[in-house]
Amino acid sequence: MSASSLKGRKVILHDMCLRDGMHAKREQISVDQMVKVATALDGAGVPYLQVTHGAGMGGNSLQHGFAPHSNEEYISAVASRMKQAKVSVLLIPGLGTMRELQSAYDCGARSVHVATHCTEADTSPQHIAFARKLGMDTTGFLMMAHLNDPAGIAKQGKLMEDYGAHTVYVTDSAGYMLPEDVKARVQALRDVLKPETEIGFHGHHNLGMGIANSIAAIEAGAIRIDGSVAGLGAGAGNTPLEVFAAVCERMGIDTGVDLFKLMDAAEDIIVPMMDHMVRVDRESLTLGFAGVYSTFLLHSKRAAERFGVPARDILVELGRKKMIGGQEDMIMDTAMTMAKERGLLKEVAA
Amino acid sequence: MKKIRCALIGSGNIGTDLIYKIQRSPVLEPVWMVGIDPESEGLARARSMGLKTTAEGVDGLLPHVMEDNIQIAFDATSAYVHAENSRKLNELGVLMIDLTPAAIGPLCVPPVNLREHADKLEMNVNMISCAGQATIPIVNAVSRIQSVGYAEIVASLASKSVGPGTRANLDEFTYTTSNAIEVVGGARKGKALAIINPAEPPLIMRNTIYCLTDEAPDEARITASVLEMIKEVQKYVPGYRLVNGPVFDETPKGHRVSVFMEVAGLGDYLPKYAGNLDIMTAAATRTAEMFAEEILAGKIKLQAMEVA
Repeated sequence: MSASSLKGRKVILHDMCLRDGMHAKREQISVDQMVKVATALDGAGVPYLQVTHGAGMGGNSLQHGFAPHSNEEYISAVASRMKQAKVSVLLIPGLGTMRELQSAYDCGARSVHVATHCTEADTSPQHIAFARKLGMDTTGFLMMAHLNDPAGIAKQGKLMEDYGAHTVYVTDSAGYMLPEDVKARVQALRDVLKPETEIGFHGHHNLGMGIANSIAAIEAGAIRIDGSVAGLGAGAGNTPLEVFAAVCERMGIDTGVDLFKLMDAAEDIIVPMMDHMVRVDRESLTLGFAGVYSTFLLHSKRAAERFGVPARDILVELGRKKMIGGQEDMIMDTAMTMAKERGLLKEVAA
Repeated sequence: MKKIRCALIGSGNIGTDLIYKIQRSPVLEPVWMVGIDPESEGLARARSMGLKTTAEGVDGLLPHVMEDNIQIAFDATSAYVHAENSRKLNELGVLMIDLTPAAIGPLCVPPVNLREHADKLEMNVNMISCAGQATIPIVNAVSRIQSVGYAEIVASLASKSVGPGTRANLDEFTYTTSNAIEVVGGARKGKALAIINPAEPPLIMRNTIYCLTDEAPDEARITASVLEMIKEVQKYVPGYRLVNGPVFDETPKGHRVSVFMEVAGLGDYLPKYAGNLDIMTAAATRTAEMFAEEILAGKIKLQAMEVA
């Protein structure tokens, strides 16, 4: 990868620390903190900021945890203060509904990631069509993209384009992919999608590949890149946005953001907010290595503490059982079943 | 023994699986299968299993209702056409079991409220959704012991078991099931989540039920109530199995009871992993049987309805 080959390319950055970062904060970010972070990123020229519960619309639940405020409160507070940045939301069909999307729009959200597992795009037609009807910037977001091959991703992306998506994302929810995996999937999408349909990449840093994977995506034709300042996100975090912006600047890729302002936001605002250092450690590395949904990290640590089965063992078992995003209930279930097998927990008499 | 004669409307997975369930019933007999595509595999299979068929929709069935003495119909089409199907058949005195999300009649979960519907001689009962059938008995098992302010269910379905209708209309599934958790489950507020998992080999249907009780839970009584309810459901779905729980813990939102279930189907027409479809067809059959037993015992008499 040479600097010259990508020189002059324009890339649209999309920050995730106020959505994916909610996972890393157990959904506990206050409205004031959101406004402070968003204002700093808006000032640094980041064009899109995602703001909701970590699981998006409808995310407030026993399954995914309750945030201290409703999505509406967060979105309204942030959107009303943005000078240039657009506020986006996440909508996973089966969890979020069109009613909630309407409500987010009414509060000022103007962009949406409509997310499905990478083989289930056909659960999104009504939501994508509805987002378009509202006039939102609409993305089809194929999660856990390592679990479908490039031809399969292309087919699923084409469905989302047909439903009306402006952009289709390859989403490495497990932080499992390597640059060649990313390139093959982005290229396969580029081959089948209309030229005006944009392609995006959303990485997780569980194998430390967030930046390299994002550059690989751009080489293969992606134009939108998700990341989060200071990497505040699930697992080992998202692609750290300020680091990515610095790499882009070195390579001559135009992101339009002010690098030093992003660095300041990372160091002065976001790192002090962290409950734990978001980094590659034994458990987050296990996610990336075993191909497990990044959000499972903290849930598995809690289940490990409670039932006495190591978090790494639980994560590997979840990977083996092919559990996907949204199946957080299966973490406690799996931990209990493993604890019974190991003689740590008694069966309820039937 | 005399059996009540039934018609099946809709020749897809659910309609076809229903033939097997109804043929085994001591009180029901499948007589007609109604489709809209003469070439459909479902109609061909129905014919080979000895049913009369029409590819002309419900209108193709109506002239035969009286001569064939059809008293119960199962509708496994879509919410969009159900109301019209129901009106036409109710007019002829046929009781309607609705397996679509239309829900124009009262919601039915057999071990919770079937008796009540049979006593009222309802002419149209709705079976909610697969997730509703799999989880509402458990919500009710908790709420009949202690008041439940909030109940949330998570249904994980094998990708291969989820048809195009459900996929294109996931919001309807969410709304219908959430509402039934309140109306039938007895929670003041209900929420339903669905996950479609494409793993191969396909995963057996899983359901997690969370309830928040107003007061600290009486663990022994709730556990006993849940186990008793599971036995009731197992009478018509033998593969309804407790995997883990009930687990009791304190959360920032209150006293949480969690129950982790698995539903394996009988593997009649659909494979065993498709417990979601099986629990719908089995619950619908159980519902029809209850009405059939009452009709055969002379306790109730179906009558043509005056429809305004």
